[in-house]
Order: sequence, then structure tokens, then C-alpha cells
Amino acid sequence: MNEAELIDKQGCPKAVELSESVHWIGALDPNLRTFDIILKTANGTTYNAYAIRGSEGVAVVDTVKEGFADDFFARLESVADYDEIKVIVLNHLEPDHTGALPELMRRAPGARLFISQKAQAMLKALLKQDQMSYTPVLTGDRVSLGDRTLEFLHTPYLHWPDTQCTYLSEERMLFSGDVFGCHFCDNRLFNDRAGDFRFSFEYYYAHIMRPFKDYVVRALDLIEPLPISVIAPTHGPILRDRPERYIRRYRQLSGPSLESEISPEQKTLLIFYISSYGNTQRMAEAVYSGAMQVQDVRVSLYDLEGGEIEPFVDLIEEADGLVFGTPTINGDAVKPVWDLLSSLTVINIKTKLGGVFGSYGWTGEGVPLVEDRLRGLKMRVPIPGLRVKLIPTDEELEACREFGLQLAQELMGLRARKVIDMADLV
Amino acid sequence: MAKSTITFEDINVTVTVPAGTRIIEVSEKVGSGITYGCREGDCGTCIMKVTNGWNHLTEPSVLEDKVLRENMAGKHNRLACQAQALGGEISVKPV
Ligand SMILES: Cc1cc2nc3c(=O)[nH]c(=O)nc-3n(C[C@H](O)[C@H](O)[C@H](O)COP(=O)(O)O)c2cc1C
Ligand code: FES
Ligand SMILES: [Fe+2]
Ligand SMILES: [Fe+2]
Repeated sequence: MNEAELIDKQGCPKAVELSESVHWIGALDPNLRTFDIILKTANGTTYNAYAIRGSEGVAVVDTVKEGFADDFFARLESVADYDEIKVIVLNHLEPDHTGALPELMRRAPGARLFISQKAQAMLKALLKQDQMSYTPVLTGDRVSLGDRTLEFLHTPYLHWPDTQCTYLSEERMLFSGDVFGCHFCDNRLFNDRAGDFRFSFEYYYAHIMRPFKDYVVRALDLIEPLPISVIAPTHGPILRDRPERYIRRYRQLSGPSLESEISPEQKTLLIFYISSYGNTQRMAEAVYSGAMQVQDVRVSLYDLEGGEIEPFVDLIEEADGLVFGTPTINGDAVKPVWDLLSSLTVINIKTKLGGVFGSYGWTGEGVPLVEDRLRGLKMRVPIPGLRVKLIPTDEELEACREFGLQLAQELMGLRARKVIDMADLV
Repeated sequence: MAKSTITFEDINVTVTVPAGTRIIEVSEKVGSGITYGCREGDCGTCIMKVTNGWNHLTEPSVLEDKVLRENMAGKHNRLACQAQALGGEISVKPV
């Protein structure tokens, strides 16, 4: 395939055939370099949308970003009339796939809109239209186009709450939304013809899907039993050559990124610190030795000054508890701590145990600020942070050991049942 | 003033609270694994399971019911940012 096959003799964009009844009607965006603020792309992206023809009507699966609507409508018109469109499916409501929806609904008033159960709460805020009628669907729900049937898979949080996949059983095609997608613009469109997009595929997973590994696993449990000959995602190449490889790769990527050294009855506690004059370091060593007194807790101690963010992020993803030691400098915790804490959005750290300690000179804001941040990241912070003014005394080091011990006990569920009055909570 | 107790089963902590207290006002402070997003009854992040004392919580509002439904919440699930203790003993845990 070459550029010419995406455009007709008059220079008008035309649809590309996946099968007799399924066409790609998306758009190319070769000039895009940054996507969703958080992603780079060295050669743009595609917004893939599809038209499916059955004996009793046409379905459109997803649309394109608003500025690319002309290409989308031209390609759609090359394979269907608007009054044939009976079904519109949105696998994902992000504007890169819903930009042309309001106009499509205007042009195809006979079509019924199908969205996931969880998409309902977002539809109005995204499309700014009241009174939009739609059918919410869940796994197992179907819609018939006569001799073609669309079947929905509820696959939430990949990567928004609303995401779903749509399966066309007669053709063994999976319209997967952003899942299995990547930002890679190649007018050859199919994985057996496009350039080398392996990096883009991995990179997309790492930044978009990795925070939701648990949900990836649940989606794969639904997808893997299906016979699949084509995966048609919303970005990047259409995966028709051995699509099962990409499913297998997602399965691998959604497992632990580090081979586990830890036996199932053990838990891991990571202590990260940074220190200018050694005060917070001394505290860290005491916290470390206190935590080690508890059986089955594997404790590790890291000086942030000696490490880079990415390997730490891999460690943190697998850990059960995280402790941070920071001095207070100019009224704040220090930048290496914030840098690490702002790099955790690519993994899931929800409900991990957290704790904070540090030495300070006169105000000591560092510890409570980091505690707030850990709570903001949805970690549990049950043991109040520990601050020491300047150089820790022997008694203060003992308190640090006790702090480490308590954290380790909490991690193992060994702390005694507690009854507290709300008034005593800080 | 009427008192209530809220037990967070995931961490084995019981808190005595004045009637009218929302679960969100205590769960984070004691370190329970119930998590929050919007904090105003819209996103469904804070869905929790009420294992005891269901009737000691305020009734869910129409909006809360809608959010619970859209998130396919199970039986005896509530939004921790909305549910208020009315008195008696209540036990909750993250879903
Ligand atoms: C990759 C990605 C992740 C997002 N994650 C969240 C989220 O966790 N919570 C949320 O409330 N909104 C989330 N959003 C939605 C954005 O906040 C929303 O689209 C917003 O309107 C973007 O504003 P902007 O146009 O100023 O960039 C996410 C959006 C993207 C693209
Ligand atoms: S935190 Fe969003 S609904 Fe409670
Ligand atoms: Fe998306
Ligand atoms: Fe997308």
C-alpha cells in the first residue's frame, strides 16, 4: 500500500478495506509531536475509525480528532450513505476519538449511539449536548447489523473509566480502542507493511496502560479466549499479521516488571532518604534497623543521591511499603524526593503503606508536606511522620527504630486493634 | 451529642465519632485503604463495603445512587465521601 491508496483519483480521501464488510475510515496526523502532554511521538499518530457493513445497516466504530473530521467524513462517504448508518459505537470518549461525533450524529440522525456503562457520566461534559440519547452496554451485550453482530467487552480504565472494546465475531475482529494502540503514523496502515513501530508500541503501553495493569489483566481475561484475526486499535498500525503476539506482549507487560525475589509470605519495605549533613541519613539507618526486627519484612535502604528515577519506579511498583526521609530546606522537602514522587503516575501505588521522617532546623515543613503528598497519591499513612531537630540524640534514634518497627508491624498486620476518639486524630 | 463508632476492618482500627461525621473525615487520618478522587460524590473512586451497621448510615441520595449504579457497585456498597454516621456501630472496608 502507498499514499495513493488512501486517496482517490480526484485527490479525495477514501476508505481502506480490512475485509469486504469492514473499512478503515480514520485520519493521519503525521505532524503531531506531543500527545496528551505526557507522550512524545517522533512521527505523529493516526486516529483510526472503522465502518462495518451488515445486511441491515452500517456501524461506525469511533471517530477522529475534531480537526481531522473532513478526512473522516470523506472516507466514510466513500463506503456508506448517512441514512444507512444504524449504529455508532464509542469505545472511548477522549476527544481524539469523539471530535467528529456531534457532526456525525447530525448527519446520521437514524443512528443509535452505544457507549459503555461508565461512559455515561462523562458524555455530557465532553460533548456539551443535552438530551443526547444513547444505549449503555456491558460485556455480553450485542447489537445486530443483520449478518454482522457487534459484541461489547467492558474493559474499564484502559486508560479512562469509560473504555470498552467491540468484537465483530463473524470477522474475528477486535476494535480495541486505545488498547494495543500506539502513536505511529504510517500510511501503509497495517502491521505487516508499516515501519518499525515496536518502540512506539512499548512506549505507549508504558505511559498509558501501565498505571492500570490490574485492569489490563482483567481485559486480557476477556480478550484471550476470543478467536482473533485482526486487532483494530484507535492509534497506529492495524494488527492483522499474527495479532496474538500483541496480546501475549500485553500479558507479559502487565506482569511484574522485576522477577520476584520475595516469597509469598514476605512483604517488602523500601526506605528512600537524602541527607546533606548526615542527620536524616542517621535517622534512615535507625528506621531501617527497627523495621528489620520484624520477621518476613524484606527491608531495603536507598540513598536517593545514588540512584536514578526509573529503576526506583520499577522497585516501587512491586513494593508493599514506602518510607521517605527528607530534610527541610527552604521550607520544603527537597527536589530529589519531589522528583521521585512526581514520577509515580506511570504505576499504581494506591493503598501501599507510606511513612515519612526527616531532620530539620527550625520549621520542619518537609515531613508533613510529603505525608500529604503520599495521601494525595492514595497511599495509606497510618503512622504519624517523625521529625528530629538537627542532630538526632540517642533517644531520638531509638524513636526512629520504634518508627521503623511500627511500620513493619503495620505492613504485616501485626499491630493490635486500636480504638481512637476522633478528637485525638491529627 | 450522639456518638457512633466506625471500624475500618482493613486496618483493625475503631474510631469514636460524633453523629453526622462522614467516613471521609476519618478514614485517611487513620490510614485505611479507602481511596478518594473527586471527594464530592461524582467519580465513584471511594466506593467501600459496609460490612456492619448499614442502617446506621444516612440514606444514599439520588445522585449517590446513580454513581453507585453507573459504577456497578455491589450490595451494601456506599460512597465513603458521602455516607454519614448516624449513631451505633458501623464497620467498613475498601472494596
Ligand atoms: C492520559 C490522560 C489521563 C487522564 N487522567 C485523568 C484523571 O486521572 N483524573 C481526571 O479527573 N481526569 C483525567 N484526565 C482528563 C483530563 O483532565 C481532561 O481531559 C481535561 O479536560 C484536560 O484539560 P486540558 O484540555 O486543559 O488539557 C486524563 C486525561 C488524559 C489525556
Ligand atoms: S471520591 Fe469521588 S465519589 Fe467519593
Ligand atoms: Fe485515550
Ligand atoms: Fe486515543
